[in-house]
Formats: sequence, structure tokens, C-alpha cells
Amino acid sequence: MRDSSITLPRRDFLRGALAAGLLTGTRIHAAQTAERRTSLIDTNAWLDQWPVRRLTLETPAALAAKLTQNGVTRAWVSSFDGMLHKDIGGVNARLAETGQRFPIFEPIGIVNLSLPRWEADVAACATQHRMRGLRLLPGYHGYKLDDPRFAELLKLAGSHRLAVQIVVSLEDERTQNPLLRVPPVDIAPLPRALEATPGARVMILNWPHVAAGKPVLLTLQKTGVYLDIAMIEGIAGLEATLAELPVDRLCFGSYAPVFYFESAKLKLRESELTDAQLDAITQANAQRFLGA
Amino acid sequence: MRIWDLHTHFASTGLTAEQRAEKLLRVADRMGIERLCLYMGFPWSQDPAPDKFRAENDQVLSVLPKWPDRLLGFVYLNPKHVEESLAELDRCVKDGPMVGVKLWVAQHCNTPEVDRLVERAHELQALVFQHTWLKVMANYPGESTPLDFAELAQRHSGMPLVCGHTGGDWEQGIRAIAPLKNTFADLAGSDPVAGYTEMAVRELGAGRVLYGSDASGRSFASQLAKVHGADIPAEAKKLIFGENLIRLLTPILKAKGIKF
Repeated sequence: MRDSSITLPRRDFLRGALAAGLLTGTRIHAAQTAERRTSLIDTNAWLDQWPVRRLTLETPAALAAKLTQNGVTRAWVSSFDGMLHKDIGGVNARLAETGQRFPIFEPIGIVNLSLPRWEADVAACATQHRMRGLRLLPGYHGYKLDDPRFAELLKLAGSHRLAVQIVVSLEDERTQNPLLRVPPVDIAPLPRALEATPGARVMILNWPHVAAGKPVLLTLQKTGVYLDIAMIEGIAGLEATLAELPVDRLCFGSYAPVFYFESAKLKLRESELTDAQLDAITQANAQRFLGA
Repeated sequence: MRIWDLHTHFASTGLTAEQRAEKLLRVADRMGIERLCLYMGFPWSQDPAPDKFRAENDQVLSVLPKWPDRLLGFVYLNPKHVEESLAELDRCVKDGPMVGVKLWVAQHCNTPEVDRLVERAHELQALVFQHTWLKVMANYPGESTPLDFAELAQRHSGMPLVCGHTGGDWEQGIRAIAPLKNTFADLAGSDPVAGYTEMAVRELGAGRVLYGSDASGRSFASQLAKVHGADIPAEAKKLIFGENLIRLLTPILKAKGIKF
């Protein structure tokens, strides 16, 4: 494993590089020595085996080392075992144990609403494992967000003071294994579900491929939903996102180890962000979301 | 480390080609990217008539003089219009400043019409970039797969050919092109999935892998990460980020007197 030692930009260097590049056309190099390190909270990290490919960072030790080298102070992790395993209680118990061994990890339990007595898994995450959040995979677990069980989950999570992350997609639809094709989750029903559950804390992960598109995302801002940045694309994608969505809802998320961690980190350099925006995205919003 | 981006398009915002190119370059500067290969105009057309691809190429031609040491133009052609495409190739490459050819999704690349275009491109020392994808839900009607590309490459074993997106489904794309030593893998335009670059280097060798972004639709960040984040030697990263592309373009750059 090699640390690419990517650091974040210092504003005055950016302005200088920009001027040099556009006015004189001279060769531009990223002057890493002129940059500063910023600590990060990664809201979208994963452990264990991705079912269709081995990943270099799939072990807790490897992922923890990589994240630490790159300035992550806390990583919210769930287990890929939760995609297809039916013994979710066992999945979450192992995750909790891993969290004890690696303090960088904040274990986020998986709940599968299609399983009998899923409510017991919610309770175990809250009371037995002392988790602060749950992660849902509706696409892989076979329900939609207008399902009564989802509304019930939001209420139960609230009663246990658990935050909820909804994973819209895990893989580009075009390249999925033909026997494991899962479309992005339709988030269109989410605003209504949240209206019925005031105070629910919800974050959407891997969202740019949402079927309902931008109008629903804009509606969701009135409900206080948070979003991660892992799958935001386009040049200066964070700037473009912040032109339409408020900065206090956007959180750093890498989707490591499926994605190269550097993707999310470099997005912080690619967009010209104020220090306040950078601090909000990298730490403050995540702290507020999970700590509220 | 020198970074040359094999695969970019105009920014999506801006009224003019110049404004859109400036936006693209401004962001590229932040990421330390030295040169960008730019192709196709706006709005895009998947199956352009000759007037349309000429107009798109004019947009690219219009910005090259302003940034001669930052932008390299590739001419966009449509194999369904062979004679007009050959004339456009001469206009933009033989008699113009462009250094490569972009073929997209109008027609599968294993058809005879494409042979004539790549043969002429080879005579002009232009680098040929052929888009490929392998979608589980079905490609566009004229969209080439990596297997189509492999057929084309077998027929032209003496000339370098770039497999755009490495098929999108890169694990299959790499397998399809691996035995064909004249083929090169473009890393651009797919999610930054870990393992992509490592497999490409393992199966093809670092000398056959090219960094590209597919900006502005894609983020420079997500595509640079495929190389920055890969568990490969530093020497391999240098090859992928710039040295391989510079090597492929050196003959035409020298012939045109373009400094690099």
C-alpha cells in the first residue's frame, strides 16, 4: 500500500496557480508543500468483502491505516456482509467488535426491513452495541421508501436516538453483475415519509444517480436531509452542488474501499471552497448530524 | 509529475467555446494537469451529419490558438459519412492543428468504413481514440464494445489504438484487449472503482495504460484518483499520467512543431 499524501489546498496558492495557468499558459504543478492538512470525518466507509471483487483495503487494519494516513479522524463504517447475509445480528455484532479494536471506526449497523423481527436488530444496535446510526440498503433488501416498514423504522430509530443513512446505490447500473442487478433507490417517497416523522435524522449516500432527480433533492432540503459527496461528478462538482443545495447538508464521504479514497479527497481541491465551506463539509456537518 | 489528460470535453457552462474551455482549464489548473486533449463540441450529437461534426470541430479549432501549450485537439468523425469524414480529417489534422481522431457511438468500429478512417489517420500520424462500453442493460445501437474494438485492432496491428473507457466494464474490457499489443486502455469516464488501474497494469503493463478524465461530465478528481490511489509503483504512475501519451503523440507533435 502506498500513501499518495494528497493534501488540501491553501487559498492563496490556488489563486496563484490559476493566474499562472490561464495568463501565461505555463506548466502547472500541484505544490503539495504549499498545502495544509485538514482532518476529515468520512461518513461513507465500509468493511468486509465486496461480493464481486476483492479490495485491497477490505480488512479493518488496511482501511484504518489508509484513512489515518489521509487525515481521517473518524470513519462511519458498515459491513458489506449486510448486503446479502440474513444473519444481520451477527453482522452487526462483528462490526461492533471491530469498532472496539479500531477506534477510528464509528460502527453503523445494517438493518434489513425484509427480515422477520428487524426491530430487534434496531434495538440491539442501540442498546447492546451502543451504535449511533443505522444504514439501510433498500435496493438490495427489496423494499421501497413508501413501505410502511420504512416509516416504522424512522420512528423506531428516533425513539432510540439513532441517525439513519439510506444508500441509494452501490454500483453503476451499467456494470453490475447480470445476476446482481439493483437499480438506484427511488427517493421520491422520502419527503412524505419524513413529514410524517418530524425530527428524523436522515443522510442519503451515493445519491447522484437517484431516479427521482434533482427536484426531489431540492424538496428534501426543507426536511433537513444530509447528503454525502462520494458520487458527485463533473468538474468542480462540489461548487456546482453548493450552487443548488445548502452547505450545511453536505458531508465528506469516500465510499472507500470500493472507491479509491483519493477521489473524495481530491474533490475538496477541485472545487474552490471557502474555509467555512470546507470545515462544514469535512467535519462540522457530520458532527452535527450524528451528535444531534 | 507531468499529467496529460487524454479525454476531455468543453465545460457544460459558458456561452462561448472560449468561456467553456477557460472554465475547463481553470479547474484543470487546480488539479495540476498540464495538457488536455479536447474533442467534440456542444451540444453533442451521437450520430452527427457532416455539417454537425464540422461545426463541433470548428468549436474545438476556435480555442486551440488561445491555449496552444495547454490544449490538443482531436477531430470528431462519423464513419457513416466516410468521404466527408476523410475530408474533415484532412481539414483538421493534415491542414490543421489537430493531433488525433475521436470516434464515438454512431457506428460499431468493426465495420469496414472505420478501416478507411483509421488508415488515413495512421498516414497522418494521428492518434485514434475509439469510445467503447459494455453495458449490462444493452449499448446504444451503434456503440462499440471492447470486443468490436479488438476486431478493429487486430486488423490494424501496426498502429496504436485507444480503447475509450476500457469498455466501461473494465474487467471485461481489459481481458478483451490484453493480447493486442497495439491497444491502449483509457481509464476515463467511469466510477473510481479501486482495483481498476492495478488490473490494467497487471494485464497490459503500465506502458499501455493512459490517464484520461472524460471531464467535464466527469470530475477530474475522481479520475485522477484512479492513478493517485492505485497500489502501483511510482514509475508506473508517471507513465500513465503522461509519459505514455506523450510517447504516442510525439511523432505528430514534432511534425506539427508543437512544443511539449
